[in-house]
Amino acid sequence: MQRYSVFAIAREAARHHTGWQRAWRDAAPKSRYDVVIVGAGGHGLATAFYLGRNFGITNVAVIDKGWLGGGNTGRNTTIIRSNYLQDSSAAIYERSRDLYETLSHELNYNVMFSPRGVMMLAQTEHELRGYQRTAHANALQGVETEIIGPERVKQLCPIMNIDGPRYPVLGALWQPRAGTARHDAVAWGYARACSDMGMDIIQNCEVTGIRSEGGRVSGVSTTKGEIACDKLGMVVAGHSGVLAEMAGFRLPIESVALQALVSEPIKPCMDVVVMANTVHGYLSQSDKGEMVIGGGTDGFVNYTQRGSFHHVEETVRALVETFPMLSRLKMLRQWGGIVDITGDRSPVLSKTPLEGCFINAGWGTGGFKAIPGSGWGFAELMARGHSPLCDEFGLERFREGRFIDESVAAGVAH
Amino acid sequence: MLILTCPCCGIAADETELSPGGEAHLTRHGPGSGDTDFEDYLFNRENARGVHFERWRHAHGCGKWFLAARDTVTMQVFGTYPAQTTEPPQEIRDRITKARPGWRWRDFGAAE
Ligand SMILES: Cc1cc2nc3c(=O)[nH]c(=O)nc-3n(C[C@H](O)[C@H](O)[C@H](O)COP(=O)(O)OP(=O)(O)OC[C@H]3O[C@@H](n4cnc5c(N)ncnc54)[C@H](O)[C@@H]3O)c2cc1C
Ligand SMILES: [Zn+2]
Repeated sequence: MQRYSVFAIAREAARHHTGWQRAWRDAAPKSRYDVVIVGAGGHGLATAFYLGRNFGITNVAVIDKGWLGGGNTGRNTTIIRSNYLQDSSAAIYERSRDLYETLSHELNYNVMFSPRGVMMLAQTEHELRGYQRTAHANALQGVETEIIGPERVKQLCPIMNIDGPRYPVLGALWQPRAGTARHDAVAWGYARACSDMGMDIIQNCEVTGIRSEGGRVSGVSTTKGEIACDKLGMVVAGHSGVLAEMAGFRLPIESVALQALVSEPIKPCMDVVVMANTVHGYLSQSDKGEMVIGGGTDGFVNYTQRGSFHHVEETVRALVETFPMLSRLKMLRQWGGIVDITGDRSPVLSKTPLEGCFINAGWGTGGFKAIPGSGWGFAELMARGHSPLCDEFGLERFREGRFIDESVAAGVAH
Repeated sequence: MLILTCPCCGIAADETELSPGGEAHLTRHGPGSGDTDFEDYLFNRENARGVHFERWRHAHGCGKWFLAARDTVTMQVFGTYPAQTTEPPQEIRDRITKARPGWRWRDFGAAE
């Protein structure tokens, strides 16, 4: 692999940028792999990467029906945080946040991780109490968060109106090492590293069927032919139900649309991420200067990656009280992604009723932050049959009533 | 914007007037049922990419519950019908079969 560095830039500048190589090979499928991963989003690619890096398993294909990173990984608002309530969530999200700190070095690819700090506003007494509880839980979990008062909020984010008539800011849960990263770069960086280990990334190849022999997975049927494998990982987010149906089981997951929008670019005015869950909106400023705004989900099953106007209106209307300057901005673009929501708002990292077939899904509205940690744990689960990071997230928890309830801590999209 | 006609009051309501109520025609398990039955009833979902049957409430209208058949990819609505039934009416199934030949829903085994 051609290493990226300041010297490489200087060398290429001297020869008019004629020497850059493709970041990853475009591969045609072989007839057999040790592991096939369906879905070249962040989670699928990270899984493949850690299978190679941590377990030496490199006869791997990552297959996507579209282009890599074209699903939710390329559609999210890039918030990275780990201030969850339950211990098993804290373990995997904090591992993930921690891996993000050094990911650019690990991948030799700048993922632009920016730990600028994330604050979750408390705008009702109830919310404040909820976040106090989360802050105590985080202290026990070793996740660095604190409750800050309205003055500190105003200091960190001067464009905010903290004494709005309807929803005054009472405080916030502040995680100083949380932040954002460049979403595409995360997918591209993992893809480049996987390709470099000899793995095949096969784009524009839809999985249309799952083959099994005697209760064990034996391969997949695709639009580019049959591919045999020993182990299969389904990592397709909103399309998990479609893949599960092919494999003959059902999931505790529903797919709904979540949307986001960005404003015209303006000068730097906000260097933290703010989530206002009571009014269902969140906000950050991209490096290009756009205000990036995320809202709530539709409440019904939906596979159209669009979104709807009234949600945009609701989100912006709600945010304007807390961020009056938004009312002067033109909105440039709006888009939607299909997110996979589980009954307890926590992901599924699990074996399935089909032997050799594993599933990584249910990240819903908040899985971008989890990409490195999820890949790390899921690779271990696929290689060894269990993983300390994943064991609590098995499918059987719904039958056994062992929920990892994050609907309190994460009642809104994030 | 999604528009559904409420079969109770006859009004064509857009989605801001309605509350979604999740998958329709679930088998409701009660006391004495096994863990697997409860798992199916409470958590496992069809989550169809295509024809889907679902519950809606005309929340900002007459307040009544009703059921709808809709395509989750194209947003085409095949029809709405009263909630007091355990299966979609034949007329709606026929309409779906006409629009989606070969369509079947696992639990109905409709066009087996
Ligand atoms: C608007 C929006 C805002 C969000 N904001 C945040 C945020 O701020 N912070 C955060 O942490 N998370 C956020 N999320 C959630 C986050 O984007 C997702 O949880 C995460 O990206 C999921 O990654 P993934 O790799 O599992 O799925 P995806 O990136 O969706 O990848 C799945 C891939 O599977 C492929 N696929 C599907 N079916 C098939 C098939 N049959 N054959 C082959 N390939 C198939 C798809 O083409 C797709 O590329 C947001 C999501 C949205 C939509
Ligand atoms: Zn009505």
